[in-house]
Amino acid sequence: MSDIDAQLQQYLGRPCGPYNSWDEVNQAMIRHWCEAMGDTNPVYTDPALAEKSVHGGIVAPPTMMQAWTMRGATSQWATGSDTREPFEVFEFLESHGYPAVVAVNCEQTYYRYLRPGDRIHHTSRIEAVSPQKTTALGVGYFVTELEEYWDQSGEKIGDMRFRLFKYRAHERAGEPAVAAPAKPPKISRFRPAESYDTKFFWDGVRAGKLLVQRCKACGVLRHPPGPMCPSCQSLEWDTLESSGRGIVYSFVVMHHPPIPPFDYPNTVLLVELEEGTRLVTQLVDAKPGDVEIGTPVEVVFREVEEGYTLPLFRIRKES
Amino acid sequence: MSGNSFLGGRTAIAGIGATEFSKNSGRSEIQLGVEAISAALADAGLGIDEVDGMATYTMDNNPEIELYRLLGGKELKFFSRTHYGGGAACGPVLHAAMAVATGVCRAVVVYRAMNERSGFRFGQGGLITQDPNSFETVHFGWYMPFGLSTPASWVAMCARRYLHAYGASTDDFGRVSVSTRDFAATNPAAFFYQKPVTLEDHRNSRWIAEPLRLLDCCQESDGAVALVITSIDRARDLRQKPVVIRGAAQGAAGDFQMMTGFYKPDLTGIPEMGLVARQLYGMAGVGPADIQTAVLYDHFTPFVLPQLEEFGFCGRGEAKDFIRDGHIARGGKLPVNTHGGQIGEAYIHGLNGVAEGARQVRGSAVNQVAGVEHALVTAGTGVPTSGLILGVDR
Repeated sequence: MSDIDAQLQQYLGRPCGPYNSWDEVNQAMIRHWCEAMGDTNPVYTDPALAEKSVHGGIVAPPTMMQAWTMRGATSQWATGSDTREPFEVFEFLESHGYPAVVAVNCEQTYYRYLRPGDRIHHTSRIEAVSPQKTTALGVGYFVTELEEYWDQSGEKIGDMRFRLFKYRAHERAGEPAVAAPAKPPKISRFRPAESYDTKFFWDGVRAGKLLVQRCKACGVLRHPPGPMCPSCQSLEWDTLESSGRGIVYSFVVMHHPPIPPFDYPNTVLLVELEEGTRLVTQLVDAKPGDVEIGTPVEVVFREVEEGYTLPLFRIRKES
Repeated sequence: MSGNSFLGGRTAIAGIGATEFSKNSGRSEIQLGVEAISAALADAGLGIDEVDGMATYTMDNNPEIELYRLLGGKELKFFSRTHYGGGAACGPVLHAAMAVATGVCRAVVVYRAMNERSGFRFGQGGLITQDPNSFETVHFGWYMPFGLSTPASWVAMCARRYLHAYGASTDDFGRVSVSTRDFAATNPAAFFYQKPVTLEDHRNSRWIAEPLRLLDCCQESDGAVALVITSIDRARDLRQKPVVIRGAAQGAAGDFQMMTGFYKPDLTGIPEMGLVARQLYGMAGVGPADIQTAVLYDHFTPFVLPQLEEFGFCGRGEAKDFIRDGHIARGGKLPVNTHGGQIGEAYIHGLNGVAEGARQVRGSAVNQVAGVEHALVTAGTGVPTSGLILGVDR
């Protein structure tokens, strides 16, 4: 037995739990589950028919057992649950070079039907960890978790054995030795479309300059840029390089909905430049509460992604 | 400003129809459309054979001709689609009134049908098109790279400035939410029927785009509303009391840009609504004292305040005091959004507000205001906008 195999044994049998249910067993969740699974047995959804059945009333589908204590979309355990993760052993395996995971199988045993009003919780422990195994996927360990399900009176209503393979993928030509955990592709920041009228601005940003469009005929500055001067209708224009200094004219602190790839809260500024035009930008190197209307700010060019620079603003220390 | 003496009073809303308002209609937008239009025609007592015009506004996905075909219409002579989404909510009524008053049409159906909650949601921060040739794609390139990408956030930028300029507080936005939800609480058609909120609830609701909280934002809804517009003479022969279109107007003004007019000298007013107000009062020959109730577009509470100011119900910067004095609430001197608004009834892009204005004039609203002679209805702000003054038949 290797050192790792020996150390793994200490994770066996440690009791975790309870993991509580958000709701008591109820008709609405039963119906949603049956709809999602395509289970049309009326004993789960039709009170009149269920009453005439051997059950004498509505029961929950036994295979739904796991759903009652499952974490929801926010990954939060129900109130009063054990805050420890049942799979501590995974952290140990990850730190020893077994990052990948795949579910192997799941066995459930039911001792009685659940009825609306039942209050379920489960407890968990690691029942078994195999010796090191080599499979087609890679090298690793089979881990078996035993979840025991209980009702409000402490009666056991079911068991579930959930088996996972925690492993290091085989090396393949052209692939990294260790399979990275599956992650959704990174969402990149929205890139501005550049038209004939606006390209100069973004060219300037790439060159580290904050440019403002200026009418050649009447000298009026304008932002956002456009082909014609709204003051004198001239189509002739050039640009002025801004000092990059200004004040916060207004600002918004974005909280919801969280839109990738931004971090929240995200403070978005409407900056009035010394030259007089305004532009929308992001506050950097400060917290939302650090700015108010009138706060002096200055431009800083930041490469937010490889090859993508934006003019962002930070608080300017008065000199 | 001199009014348009030709159009005011020549046409009327003769029928109102709607589906239920929900978060998931469970049917297609086009079905919602035909249901609402059928209800409006039945309400008016008018057949499709008499309808020869169809008008809606952009962001509606239902082709005019397809609805008309399904409803059994045979000869459609006029179709118009007003730009700028919710800002156009009253625009198709103007277009319908013009078509009828000029003799182009006998009767025009105005509609808006959408699965905005269960289908495409407006507030998720995405662009409708990514085409780099589109003006809109280039324009939003000034905002989206920095994360300013939702309607709430665009309104919030101006709202912050309004608070700063006039010493108003987010509680004043909250008071709009509270009075609106109070009306919704007694409107069985409202999503928030029997669910009023308190100022404390508003203070405790989470930030969306600071200074806007959740309870400052309208709902997202599925549903449809339709209206039938015909001449005042024809309307007098129909089933319902005519709701006379005394004034109808559109407006864009003041160095304006779609949702992001952050560059005009002052961000605290709504010049385009001022332009609409002057046209409406001129056309109808009335002033603020002649309006008994108003439907003020409430996609977000902050813009209700400057609307009160642009229409002269109070002075510039005084809307907070007008609201604190209870004037827009139940029993106030200008009850606002008596259906519960888009905050409380449903977000049908403003057309449910036009229907409420018409019900107030008929005297059939669930939260009926006594002695309504004229009801004001406005459309979305922050975008080019529109408005109506509806009046009783004399």
